[in-house]
Amino acid sequence: MSKLTVNITVNNKKYKKEIHSNLLLVDFLRDNLKLTGTHIGCDTSQCGACMVMLNGEAVKSCSILVAQLENKEIVTIENISENDKLHPMQEAFRNNHGLQCGFCTPGMIISAISLVKENNNPNEADIRKYIEGNFCRCTGYHNIIKSISEGAKGMQNEE
Amino acid sequence: MYNFNYHSPKSMIEASDIFTSSEDPKYLAGGMTLIASMKQRLVSPTDLIDLKKLKELNNIITEEKKIKIGALCTHDQIAKNSQIIKMINGFSLLASGIGDPAIRNMGTIGGSLANSDPAADWPSAVLALKTNIQTNKRTIKNEEFFTGMFETSLEENEILTSIEFELPEFFKYVKFPNPASRYAIVGVSIAKYDKKVNVAVTGASHTPFIAEEISAALTSNFNSNIPLKTVPISKLNNDIHASSEYRQNLIDVCTKQALNSN
Repeated sequence: MSKLTVNITVNNKKYKKEIHSNLLLVDFLRDNLKLTGTHIGCDTSQCGACMVMLNGEAVKSCSILVAQLENKEIVTIENISENDKLHPMQEAFRNNHGLQCGFCTPGMIISAISLVKENNNPNEADIRKYIEGNFCRCTGYHNIIKSISEGAKGMQNEE
Repeated sequence: MYNFNYHSPKSMIEASDIFTSSEDPKYLAGGMTLIASMKQRLVSPTDLIDLKKLKELNNIITEEKKIKIGALCTHDQIAKNSQIIKMINGFSLLASGIGDPAIRNMGTIGGSLANSDPAADWPSAVLALKTNIQTNKRTIKNEEFFTGMFETSLEENEILTSIEFELPEFFKYVKFPNPASRYAIVGVSIAKYDKKVNVAVTGASHTPFIAEEISAALTSNFNSNIPLKTVPISKLNNDIHASSEYRQNLIDVCTKQALNSN
């Protein structure tokens, strides 16, 4: 088994870890760091349940090796809110019933925040196009679109 | 996933040396196809050689009539490059239609071309545009690059370093995407240089190709009144996504859409 040492920052905390070269980011987060907010859905980089931020950009953690992430910074859903105060995007999902079972929600929220960083006033078409890589099997998406729209306004107000 | 050795060389020579001394190695770019394929055991290299420390593969250089794109540039980087948007907007639009945003943040143009997926978007652009593919050993002409399904003329230990193309007067890419994967069921690139027009098709066959008759018709008269059903059905894929008749029609539809969106 081939092993290597990786320096990686997760949710503002620095780690130096000896890992196997085949360790996937999503397994590292869930099994090693016990950050189970990041989910494994399809495990083939289609569904988006495993989305996290890599140096500020949304990526699918089921298809990235920890070995590729030397000196990189990861942010997961656990680090989006501040203390007990929900992030405006989380608040908007709650207000608009943007989730039912909640399995896709961490990925949806990471994706939505990434969208608003690129485009702080997205219309419905922008939102639908951007979340192409996030599957939800409960809501039918309408309430997710509403949530992201409100969350975008909330994020702007916070700036 | 099964285990393998991971290497992160700092130079092209080091990368090449590791390749030579490994049992069954593969070069790793963004990994958006390779890692997913390894998880499914469609491929099982013993050694992954990550090229991301080779910074020279990560540049976009624009000249007055030429654009050179490093192999490790991500789709997202190309889609958002202000010079490319200004000089050849259709090319950046192609980039922004690949997969989804998270895939575009990791996936690279060089990785996509070397993988040579018959339904990928880039191959049609590379075929339609006057493109040279640069490697660590030589320059390959676009028409000699794609040799079959997931096959290219790259040799075993050859690294695709950049692509370079001449700026056309007109470029547009239109695809009919598979609704789940966003890969092209049919994708058509049109590039016009002076009078010469190249229409290149991806997704429709085992390898991208030039639609000769449509290209010739557009070269003599550049309007959307193209000859229909010119690509022989025998050449086209027939699978669960679309019949070959349907694909034949889509080639004409995508071509017309590309021309009409002018």
